[in-house]
Amino acid sequence: MAQWDGLLQGSADAGAGEAAVAAVSARGLSKRFGDLLAVRDVSFTVAPGEVFAFLGPNGAGKSTTINMLCTLLLPSGGAAAVAGFDVARQPAAVRRHIGLVFQDQTLDDQLTAEENLRFHAVLYHVPAERVAERIGRVLELVALGDRRRDLVSTFSGGMARRLEIARAMLHTPAVLFLDEPTVGLDPQTRALVWEDVLRMRDEEGVTIFLTTHYMDEAEYAQRIAIIDHGGIVALDGPDALKHSVGEDTVELATADDAVAERRLRAAGWQVRRGDGAVTVVTSDGEAQVARLIGVAALPVHGVHVHRPTLDDVFLHYTGRQIREEHGERQLSGRVRAFHARRR
Amino acid sequence: MTVPLRAGPALVADQSPSLGEELRTVGMVWERELIRFERTRTRILSSFIQPILFLFVLGYGMSTLTPTVNGFDFKKFVFPGIVAMTVVTTAIFSAISIVWDREFGFLREMLVAPVSRGALVVGKCLGGATIATVQGTIMLALAPLIGVRLTLPLVFAVIGCELLMALTLTAFGVAVASRIQRMEGFQVVMQLLLFPMLFLSGALFPLSGLPTWLTVITRVNPLTYAVDPLRHVIQDAQNLTPQAAARFPVGVSLFGTTLPIGAELGIVSALAVVFLALALTGFRRTG
Ligand SMILES: Nc1ncnc2c1ncn2[C@@H]1O[C@H](COP(=O)(O)OP(=O)(O)O)[C@@H](O)[C@H]1O
Ligand SMILES: [Mg+2]
Repeated sequence: MAQWDGLLQGSADAGAGEAAVAAVSARGLSKRFGDLLAVRDVSFTVAPGEVFAFLGPNGAGKSTTINMLCTLLLPSGGAAAVAGFDVARQPAAVRRHIGLVFQDQTLDDQLTAEENLRFHAVLYHVPAERVAERIGRVLELVALGDRRRDLVSTFSGGMARRLEIARAMLHTPAVLFLDEPTVGLDPQTRALVWEDVLRMRDEEGVTIFLTTHYMDEAEYAQRIAIIDHGGIVALDGPDALKHSVGEDTVELATADDAVAERRLRAAGWQVRRGDGAVTVVTSDGEAQVARLIGVAALPVHGVHVHRPTLDDVFLHYTGRQIREEHGERQLSGRVRAFHARRR
Repeated sequence: MTVPLRAGPALVADQSPSLGEELRTVGMVWERELIRFERTRTRILSSFIQPILFLFVLGYGMSTLTPTVNGFDFKKFVFPGIVAMTVVTTAIFSAISIVWDREFGFLREMLVAPVSRGALVVGKCLGGATIATVQGTIMLALAPLIGVRLTLPLVFAVIGCELLMALTLTAFGVAVASRIQRMEGFQVVMQLLLFPMLFLSGALFPLSGLPTWLTVITRVNPLTYAVDPLRHVIQDAQNLTPQAAARFPVGVSLFGTTLPIGAELGIVSALAVVFLALALTGFRRTG
């Protein structure tokens, strides 16, 4: 009981006495499988309440890192702490303070949604008198309250995933780990899953650590670690990452591009003459549009601001595009969903 | 920026689960086994088909060959063996849910939780044992058809024997299942082990006057010591005449002496402990 109280406080003001305590921290974390160095010398910190993403292609070492942080794999080198507990020395304490959503489904689909949650509540030592209230609360957070008495075998892939997120939050963890939570789901369902994840952060104050290989999803994170071949190649907020690979470009299609180019250059802007437009390279392009039009002082019939995307960032740091893998991964997700539903 | 690695909650020791938490886990794992069992009605029904076939085909078939002695016949003799067969088969196959859980991911949900593997194994074994005991006890409903008399104390004694037998066999099943990755593997191993063990356990024939090789095999077979107590308590309540008791003997003789029922139950209990330990080590290695 005392442990549960500590746990509740732990998640609400994790280390209130020491504001510097990270929700997750890793220093020189490594994992070797035989000859393969699956994770090499990874260091990072996640602040309480942050949404932190590991972005990388299939085989980059994302799941291996998560498994070490969740005490499912012992690190080969380095150290890590979650919610203030050392993953190697205090695995039981770590497990009490984390919620887990794995890449593959781990629900019992012969049980109802509520039964799955009740089972989890016992496994994670939620006090008996709080179980009903917590089950109602998490089901409401993922909008599955009206399906609580239905067998999970009748759930769609997206509903099952959202139920898993609800279940992982049942015991008010300090950190919620999600390994590719949206893989194999259609775009609308992915958006729903993201709403659920962010709602958990806002309403339950949980820290989110997730992995993904979808570029567009990493945008939801406050900070992104790009991981490739087991190592972090870049780590920053989405905007800063985009900045780091190049500035914004603003294309202006004007009544007289030659004049516009001359005037902008004279005003000190860095300008290129494009095909039917002048292109200005600048930081924070959107904020500069009005000023640029003012300097050009010409009728403008087209404006296009281009900011480097995470695709550009990924290409810049790894020399490859992550894109190629989408088709294959989505397919394998669907095959998995099919298998899971077959029994 | 420096990273405080082990600050946080003022806690030095790891938070191992308390006894109360462990017992609650055992109860929940047990309850899940029962919920799942109750939901698979076809499995419940189909698990009765085989023993009922054995009881009527074998029972009536053999009754024509073996004479009825003062009202006691082979059907009545074989009945406890068939009840045991139901319990043993259900118990062993209830362990298959571990292989299911592994294939469908739910095992992971259990293994990563902050509970001990021991609580999971004990809950699983008690769940399987309960189901097997229920199945075996339902078989008792056929007793009037066969002409076997039941009394309330007898039913309780039977349930006690069934529970011990079921727990041992479920633990055996879990010990095997926790070391097996695929469904087909479990089925093959079990068919290879289960049926020879059942047929050579004395469930279907008396254990005295056998050829030496069969005597040796039946005495080595652990199931023998689980089946005999069940037959013992049922047959004791049927008021057999001395002639009938001589024709349909109970008891296992070992090195010239007939084992008392307490010794048999002791052997089965010891086996339960051994299999539980094996189940636990199998579960500990599972990732
Ligand atoms: N248990 C294991 N044994 C051997 N190699 C492994 C094991 N788990 C993962 N790997 C390898 O480690 C690398 C990283 O895998 P993983 O962490 O699963 O990548 P991701 O989750 O980013 O797709 C891959 O090359 C994978 O084959
Ligand atoms: Mg992975």
